[in-house]
Amino acid sequence: MIELQGVSKSYPTRHGTVHVLEGIDLCVTKGERVGILGRNGAGKSTLIRLISGAEPPTSGHIIRDMSVSWPLAFGGAFQSSLTGLDNYRFICRIYGADYRDKLDFLYEFTELDRYLKEPIKTYSSGMRARLAFAISMVIEFDCFLIDEVVAVGDSRFHEKCLHELFENRADRALIIVSHDQGYIRSYCDRASVLSDGKLTCFGNVADAYEHYQNVY
Amino acid sequence: MDSLPMNHHATPLARSFKIQMRVIGALLMREVLTRYGRHNIGFLWLFVEPMLFTLGVTALWSALKSVHGSSLPIVGFAVTGYSSVVLWRNCANRCALAIQPNLSLLYHRNVKILDIFVSRLLLEIGGATLSLIILIIVFMAVGLMAPPADIGKMVGGWMVLVLFSSALGLFVGALTERSDLAERLWHPISYFLFPISGAVYMVDWLPQNLQPLALYLPMVSGVELLREGYYGPALVHAHYELIYAITSSLALMFVALLMVRQAAGRVQPE
Repeated sequence: MIELQGVSKSYPTRHGTVHVLEGIDLCVTKGERVGILGRNGAGKSTLIRLISGAEPPTSGHIIRDMSVSWPLAFGGAFQSSLTGLDNYRFICRIYGADYRDKLDFLYEFTELDRYLKEPIKTYSSGMRARLAFAISMVIEFDCFLIDEVVAVGDSRFHEKCLHELFENRADRALIIVSHDQGYIRSYCDRASVLSDGKLTCFGNVADAYEHYQNVY
Repeated sequence: MDSLPMNHHATPLARSFKIQMRVIGALLMREVLTRYGRHNIGFLWLFVEPMLFTLGVTALWSALKSVHGSSLPIVGFAVTGYSSVVLWRNCANRCALAIQPNLSLLYHRNVKILDIFVSRLLLEIGGATLSLIILIIVFMAVGLMAPPADIGKMVGGWMVLVLFSSALGLFVGALTERSDLAERLWHPISYFLFPISGAVYMVDWLPQNLQPLALYLPMVSGVELLREGYYGPALVHAHYELIYAITSSLALMFVALLMVRQAAGRVQPE
């Protein structure tokens, strides 16, 4: 289970304190697939960083009773001067996963072949997304945090992700943030809408979408 | 440092320790790869680089014997002195601005900025220590240095230097994270510290009224003890304030750790 209780986040800026998130409550249990809808700049990525634990909240509590991935996003989480393989080994070491016996999976899932031995800085965002996804699958988290990455990549990559996430790992939780309701609709059981720093939860995606249309 | 203060569901200490060791180990491997790569002699640069520095200075000092007006064998003097400079200066220089290029790693919950500093400190300390040991052994083998008189005292002096260097590294690291000005100021400060750090003189050679002043610098006590261990009390008359050197280093370390903790709440992953 992941539980957010009254979580707020503010950043000091030159124009005073900016409150990005205020009093967020959210609970995600094992196997649940939750979408978070919000426009650009609504605080979706901040929220996902707080859930992952990459940043501490300004106030409130976050309880994590299951292992949570880092935010699988376009950028970040990789050392760009190192090769894909070195990054893979580094991340596996950090999470205490064995990197040796999953090498075949890495090659097969990413289809990056010789590029795995090239520095990450030469990768396109689609290639990075493939690598991030594959590594997170190797580590086998209980909950995957997905920050728009499903939106990149071709249909073949989508199919693979769907297969790995929904068939091989149907028992895992999933939190997807996106401004595109299409993805939320096809991947999630329920959704929440983030606007003006507040999170409104809905029991199903259709209600959330209706609310999303109204606020924006 | 593993569980954040906001998580009231705290990770047990033993498990936190295990995670931290794992993260520091991974960071160490990564640091070696990004710094030295897999080309030519690779990670051997870790100690070859400080060794070349010390070798150059030793050669220079041996050529210009006049720098120290004493009968002490110059090669041993240069090796013990310059190795100690390499230690505290590299620790501080490598921790300066260490966070910015590693921001993307902070996306992984268990990677804390303290871990980044600790992994860099471990590498520098390891490199400087290996370089000192190898140089002594090589110079002994070719007859340019006599064997150490008291290895225990040398280890003691080196430990004092390691403690001070770690504290200085964390302090400079946390300070430069807070302001760019600190990084600019650190370089001239380290330049001025070099001649007064005890590397190029023995406290005994100073006028008596300056001797207690020199010992205000914690690394001076470390170098003095290191040299007493190497030459033996018959050759050098060392002056050191070990309790002061250790407590002042620990105090600096404490302040530095508080600053690191504060920085951890402020730094955002890229």
